[in-house]
Amino acid sequence: MDYIFYLAIFKVLMLCDILFTPGYGENLDIPLKHPDTSSDLSTWSPNEHGAHPDPDKSRLPIFSVNYPRIQIPFEITLWVLLASFAKIGFHVYHKITVWVPESCLLISIGLIVGGIMHSVHEEPPAVLTSNVFFLYMLPSIVFDSGYFMPTRPFFENFGTVLWFAVVGTLWNSIGIGISLYAICQIEVFGVQDINLQENLLYASIISAVEPVAVLTVFEDISIHEQLYIVVFGECLFNDAVTVVLYNLFNHVAELRVVEAGDVFLGIASFFVVGLGGLLFGLLFGFVASFTTRFTGKVKEIEPLIIFLYSYLSYLIAELFAISSIMAIVTCALTMKYYVEENVSQRSCTTIRHVIKMVGSVSETLIFFFLGVVTITTEHEWNWAYILFSILFALLWRGLGILVLTQIINPFRTIPFNYKDQFGLAYGGLRGAVSFALAFTLPDSIGPKKLFITGTIVIIIFTVFIQGITIRPLLKLMNVRKTNRNLETINVEIHKRVGFTVDIIYVSILNYGLILTFFSNAGLKIIIIILNYNNCLVFQLMEHTVAGIEDLCGQWSHYYWKDKFMKFNNQIIRKILIRDNRPESSIVALYKKLELQNAMEILDSMSGDISSPPSPISSHASKSKKILASDVKNMHELLSKNMYKSRQRTMSHTNKHSLPNDVTAKEILIRRHTSLRRSLRAESFHGPKTSQKFFSLPTGQSLNSRLTPGRFASAGDDDAESEMDYASIRSTFRHPQRSMIPLRRPGNLKKVHSSVNVVDEENEKQRIYRSSRSGSSFTGSAHQITHQPHSFSGNISNKGHGSDSKEQKSFSPPNALKHEPQNNSDVQYPLLRRPQ
Amino acid sequence: MGASQSGQPHEFQHLSDKTGFSIEQIKNLHNRFEYLTQDEGTLRREHLENIENLALNPIRKKIIEAFFDKRNLGQEGEGYLDEIGFEEFLTILAFFTPSKQRTGEDDKQKTRKEKLRFLFNMHDTDNDGFITLDEYRHVVEKLLSSNETIEIETAKAIADAAMLEVASVTVGRMGPDEFYEGVTFEHFMQILKGLEIETTMNINFWNLDSTAFQCGKSK
Repeated sequence: MDYIFYLAIFKVLMLCDILFTPGYGENLDIPLKHPDTSSDLSTWSPNEHGAHPDPDKSRLPIFSVNYPRIQIPFEITLWVLLASFAKIGFHVYHKITVWVPESCLLISIGLIVGGIMHSVHEEPPAVLTSNVFFLYMLPSIVFDSGYFMPTRPFFENFGTVLWFAVVGTLWNSIGIGISLYAICQIEVFGVQDINLQENLLYASIISAVEPVAVLTVFEDISIHEQLYIVVFGECLFNDAVTVVLYNLFNHVAELRVVEAGDVFLGIASFFVVGLGGLLFGLLFGFVASFTTRFTGKVKEIEPLIIFLYSYLSYLIAELFAISSIMAIVTCALTMKYYVEENVSQRSCTTIRHVIKMVGSVSETLIFFFLGVVTITTEHEWNWAYILFSILFALLWRGLGILVLTQIINPFRTIPFNYKDQFGLAYGGLRGAVSFALAFTLPDSIGPKKLFITGTIVIIIFTVFIQGITIRPLLKLMNVRKTNRNLETINVEIHKRVGFTVDIIYVSILNYGLILTFFSNAGLKIIIIILNYNNCLVFQLMEHTVAGIEDLCGQWSHYYWKDKFMKFNNQIIRKILIRDNRPESSIVALYKKLELQNAMEILDSMSGDISSPPSPISSHASKSKKILASDVKNMHELLSKNMYKSRQRTMSHTNKHSLPNDVTAKEILIRRHTSLRRSLRAESFHGPKTSQKFFSLPTGQSLNSRLTPGRFASAGDDDAESEMDYASIRSTFRHPQRSMIPLRRPGNLKKVHSSVNVVDEENEKQRIYRSSRSGSSFTGSAHQITHQPHSFSGNISNKGHGSDSKEQKSFSPPNALKHEPQNNSDVQYPLLRRPQ
Repeated sequence: MGASQSGQPHEFQHLSDKTGFSIEQIKNLHNRFEYLTQDEGTLRREHLENIENLALNPIRKKIIEAFFDKRNLGQEGEGYLDEIGFEEFLTILAFFTPSKQRTGEDDKQKTRKEKLRFLFNMHDTDNDGFITLDEYRHVVEKLLSSNETIEIETAKAIADAAMLEVASVTVGRMGPDEFYEGVTFEHFMQILKGLEIETTMNINFWNLDSTAFQCGKSK
């Protein structure tokens, strides 16, 4: 099945190739192929292209082709499409990407396309100019990385990240540059004409490391968090450093004569550029957050605000020639937290999707062009220079990591051991940024061609050889992992749902874990196991450590985190967040679990509908295999309503896919699923408590307890929230929806008390509850027929509901307390009759 | 006794062997200890309660109590001391030292167990080896107390849910008349096996003297 689809994709790909390659050929006779097509286009006289379809100009043309008019956007579209097809192709047959990094495949495809173009004497597209790269592609790539940076681990390792990014890149650039300069002095190699400045420029280009391939590997082998985040952060910030250095050396290389004063000015400008970027980023981040405070009524432009501000920060930083990468990354990091609380779920999803989409398309295109350009440009090949640059690139990277780690280790709570250092050093692949920088070198640089060739060789060498071997090597070396290994997870899953899985992705949170795997039914399933205790104890631990640090006068990131959180809660949030209520992560988790309770209601319903009960929702059917039909049913049911709000951001976000894969079927396993039965036993808490609510006391909505209107909106599609931040988006505008999943906690207790009450209002609730408790899983026909109805009623209601009115009906908790029955429609929208 | 130890390197050496701190760290901490105790030689609760930075910590009381808890100090019997010396002070802080870089799996487990035991003792205030529901609730309430918008009921509900979670994971299904009396340490370890406590519950004790700066800051 996969194979056929893959073939089909391949055919489409070829078709696409054929479609546009002749497109070039057809126009070969007209001067379209001029490298600077974009600038030439406007100057073209209409005669030239009008003549093409129909030489007879006196009559009104019935059919005309005006290719030049659309050429630029048309070609761009086709390129993007081709790159996207390639990407789809790799992921259809996912086993390829496990062994060969995606960037390798993209380069290979690029090489093939380049080969085809070369054979028909086709020029490479003139799209990748310096401006296109720096104004459009680079910002989208780095914004993507910045926005999806896992914040908590990043700040925990902030010092190390900066150390490696700034000092490491300087070390590499200067080291490689000087050693290459030394090589240039040897006459045998015939490269004496390259002076020191140019060598340094080249060195700064090839010292930018690229995270994509490595991070995917790191994720797959579930490497420990510190290593992951250091590589991620290093790659991100060293882009900034590299670009600064590049501009600096570019300037210096053109000077020809460098005085000592220039060096100091260079160093000074380095700081101005870096810190200036940081400031602009912060400024725009806060302004963007502040703006989203007021976008509540115009949600359709919410995502736009985010993009505009971040792009503006980039452009303005460019304007003042300060580090624009730094600006946009800081902007993304700053606003992410606040913006995501302010905007609606939908906007939040849109923002994430668009960022991811644009970012990955840019990156794909760059790798793709790398392949094409490799074939189609003239190369200047100098064995000695290129081989030595590979050698030095590897050598200085290795040395740099070794030395810099020795320096940073005493400051780290958990030092890097030699295996980690190997991972760091070997993970230094070169990629998109290096290539683009090399390609956009000004022509005034003498050995430009040699530099491009050298850069391409280094990229291909590192991406192919290191990229492919890093996985087996790291596995062989048994680098530290997160303390969950696959076997124990599999045992756990087996215990819970009764099937073993081939886990392909594991992500560990502080208080739970997320697994992605392919079940034997072939469905991609994400399991989230959340754990209250982990969360609670983790918090207790954090507070304790912060307290002890205060006590003995030490302070580290816990201390700063503590201080920042205080400042954040007291000042920043009040300014930036619309309905500001500081919230601890345990409360957020609690609310999420409340949501999931409701999800399980749906799970069990689908179990009723399809005859073999779904094992996920029920303890009783533990041993049954999950059937594809079950999952599908469930998915359909859920996707109509609040299903997707269960998705979580993984703490390790994959660079190439959105944190939560929307296509993934997702099944939730919660520790408490099985609890309800034990809870039913009134004696659970012994004589101490007569009321034992699994969650909230009867008749009190979660709204009344917790901050109103701040649950994750269950009704919104693709609701996403991030565990790290515990930020639950405000859904004040959709109280109806947000109530849906909130199972009134008291109903657990009520199961017993109301079993015998044959009340019109309660009947369905009762049935539902008994089905929850697992005793009557078969369910009655009554139930089966009614629940879908209530579903649809519910859905249709969503559309028309007057938000403000509904909101009022929710907000006074007292009303609910006194008249729970009257409000049961509201409380149990799932169980409501069709209206 | 703390004051009398100052300037006695062999004493510090002895403490260093015992707690794993380096001499420099011990000197630093000793300075801090003297500052906290105002050179009285022993540390009492009110000394810790006066620390300004600690005042906003929601679990301040628990942290302070932990310093006087005989179980944490490895002393015989149960209950709490009224005052502790420098050695005890170090013993408590030693719970927060990172495990050494090249230790085997056994040592790692041991460190982990010690750290978890410390946290467990913070929960189990009445020393009976169980974290009862009331004790757990108390902890959760304290944890959330910095958050004005959270009501006690919510804290209770969270504690209940957490308790249930422990029960279900450790005991499995319970009969209708069974009663889960509390979380034992074994259960505590079991439920937290996914938590990377050994790499997170660490303080990077400084080798350099930071006391002077810190004193200025605290005043």
